[in-house]
Amino acid sequence: MIYAITHLAYFAAMILFIFSLHWMNDPKTARRAVYAGAGAMLVAILATWFQPQIIHHGWIILAIVLGTIVGIPLSRVPLTAVPQRTALSHAFGGVAAGLVGTAKYFLWLGEGPENLTPFRMIAIIAEIILGFLTFTGSLMAAGKLQEVRWIPQRPVTFPFQNIVNIGLLVVAAGLGTLLVFMPAEPWSGAVFLVIVALSLLFGVLFIIPIGGADMPTVISILNSYAGLSAVAMGFVLDNKLLIIAGALDGSSGLILSIIMCKAMNRSFTNVLFGAFGKVQHAAAGGEQRVYKQETTEGAAQILEQANLVVVIPGYGMAVAQAQHRIRELYDQLTKRGITVKFAIHPVAGRMPGHMNVLLAEADIPYSALAEMDEINPDMPQCDVALVVGANDVVNPAARYDKSTPIYGMPIIDADRAKMVLAIKRSKNPGFAGIENELYFKDNTYMLFGDAKAVIGDLVKQFASSGVAVH
Amino acid sequence: MSQLVNGRRSAVIARVAMATAVIIAFGLGAVPGFAQTGSPPHQPNATQQPLDYWSMLFVFALATFIGLGVVRRVSRLLHTPLMSLTNAISAIAVVGSIVVTGADYPPTIRLLGGIALFASVTNIVSGFLITDRMLRMFKKQ
Repeated sequence: MIYAITHLAYFAAMILFIFSLHWMNDPKTARRAVYAGAGAMLVAILATWFQPQIIHHGWIILAIVLGTIVGIPLSRVPLTAVPQRTALSHAFGGVAAGLVGTAKYFLWLGEGPENLTPFRMIAIIAEIILGFLTFTGSLMAAGKLQEVRWIPQRPVTFPFQNIVNIGLLVVAAGLGTLLVFMPAEPWSGAVFLVIVALSLLFGVLFIIPIGGADMPTVISILNSYAGLSAVAMGFVLDNKLLIIAGALDGSSGLILSIIMCKAMNRSFTNVLFGAFGKVQHAAAGGEQRVYKQETTEGAAQILEQANLVVVIPGYGMAVAQAQHRIRELYDQLTKRGITVKFAIHPVAGRMPGHMNVLLAEADIPYSALAEMDEINPDMPQCDVALVVGANDVVNPAARYDKSTPIYGMPIIDADRAKMVLAIKRSKNPGFAGIENELYFKDNTYMLFGDAKAVIGDLVKQFASSGVAVH
Repeated sequence: MSQLVNGRRSAVIARVAMATAVIIAFGLGAVPGFAQTGSPPHQPNATQQPLDYWSMLFVFALATFIGLGVVRRVSRLLHTPLMSLTNAISAIAVVGSIVVTGADYPPTIRLLGGIALFASVTNIVSGFLITDRMLRMFKKQ
C-alpha cells in the first residue's frame, strides 16, 4: 500500500517536472513552472519520508532546517551575483550525489560484497566521479565569478595541462574499472577514496585554465554534469524519478552548452577537453590608432536625432550595475518617440540569459529585448547602436580576420548601424586581448568611463533643459 | 504570428503527451522490479536484476529525449531562470538522501546522507525561490 502511494507520488512528480520545463517556453506561463516544480518536490519528499524504512527523523529535520536557513539568503543575492549562486548550487548538487554514492558503497561493502554487483559499481563510480568533480569545479567557478582573492581570475596554464588533466581522469576511471571487478577486497575501500580524491583534484584543474568570458559555457557544462551525477545516483538507488529529473537537468545543461558553443564558434569537443579560455595574443597591429571621443552632450544630441536606437549590453553593464540607469535612458528616449531595442548576444555576461535577467530587473519590458539573429537584419536601419560594456561580441574582426581567436564567432552587427556610440571603461583591449575594429570606424564615437556614470550623465542631459521633448 | 505560436505550442503539448505516455508504459512495465528492490530486506536476485537495469536505461534515454525536446523550446529570455529551475529539480536527489539519512544504517553512513540532504534542501529552497524572484521581473509592457 505504502509502496503504491510512494510511486504514485513519484509518478505525479515526474509529470509535473516535465510540464514545469514545458511552461518555461513563454514568460507568460513561466511562473506556473515554479509552482509545478516546487509542488512536485514537496510531494516526492513527503512520500519518501513516510516510507516505513525511515526510522530516524532527528537528522532529517535538522538537515532540512539548516538547508532552509542557508537556502533563503542564497535566493536573495543581487542579480549580478546570480552566476556565482548558480555555480554554487551545481556544487551542492554534485556533492550531494558524491556523498550518497560514497555512503551507499560503504554501506553495501559492510553488508556483504554480494550487494556490490558490477552494474551498481559502474553506477556508483560514475556517480562519485561526476559528483565530486562537479563539486570542486563548480566551487572554483563560483570563486572566480565572485572574484575571491585566492582564486586566480586569469586563466592558469602549465605545460602538458591537457595531458595531465585527461591522465587524471583516465587513472580515476581505470581504478574505477578495477573496483567494478574487485569491489570488496581489503584494499577496495582505500582505492575508492583515491578515486574520490582524484575527482576532487580534477574538478579544480579542469576550471583553473578558464577565464571569465568563458564562464557561460563552463556553467552550462557543469549544469549538465550535475544532472548526470543525479542520473547516476538514480541508477545506484534504483529510483526512476531521480533518473528522470537528472536527465532533464542534464539535457538542459547540454542544450545550453551547445548554444553557448555555437555562439562562440567553438566545437563541443574543444570545450569538453578544456583547451579553451587561454589568453591568446594576436600579433599587435603596429601603429597606435586613435579613438574618436564624444562628450555626453554630443552623445545625447546624436541619440535625440535617432528613430531607432539599439542598445548592446555586455558584462561591463553588469559590473557597473548600469541596468537601472539604462532603464531611465530608455524612458527618456521612448518618451521622445524613439524606438529602443536591446540586442542580446547569447554569451554576453557570465551565464546564459544573464543580460535578460538584469534588464528585466530594471523593469525593461521583455518585448524590447531581441536576440542576435532577430536584430541583425534590422541593424542597417538602426540609427544609433549604443554599446554598453560589450566588446568581443561586436568586434567585426570576427567576420574576416582569421588570426584573431574570435574568428568565426557570430556577432551583433553594430558596425552596420548608421552610427555607433560605445561606452567603455578603459582603453584596454577586451578579454581576447585584441583590438576591437568597431571602435576605430569612421562613424564610431567613444564614451570612456564607468557605464553607470556615463549613462547617468546622458539621462541628466535629457532630463534637464538640454534636449526638448517633441 | 500568434496563430503560429499557438499552433506550435499545441504541437509541443501533443509531443510531450505522447512521450509521457511512452514513459508511463515503461514505468508500469518496471513496477515489479521496483517492488522487488524497493523492499528493505535486500535480496539479490540474479534473474530479476538485469531486466530492471534495462528499464532504468530505457527511462534514462527517453527522459533525455523529452528533456532535449522541451528545453529546446524554452524562451531564450529565460535561460538564467531555466538553469536555476532545472537545478532545483535535479535536487530531487533529496529523496535518496532522506533514505540514507533516516534508515537504520550505521551513524557514519547516515552522517554522509545528512550532509547530502542539507546540500539538496539548500538547492531546493534557494533554487525555486530565486527562479520565482527572477520570473516575477519579466514583464511584457
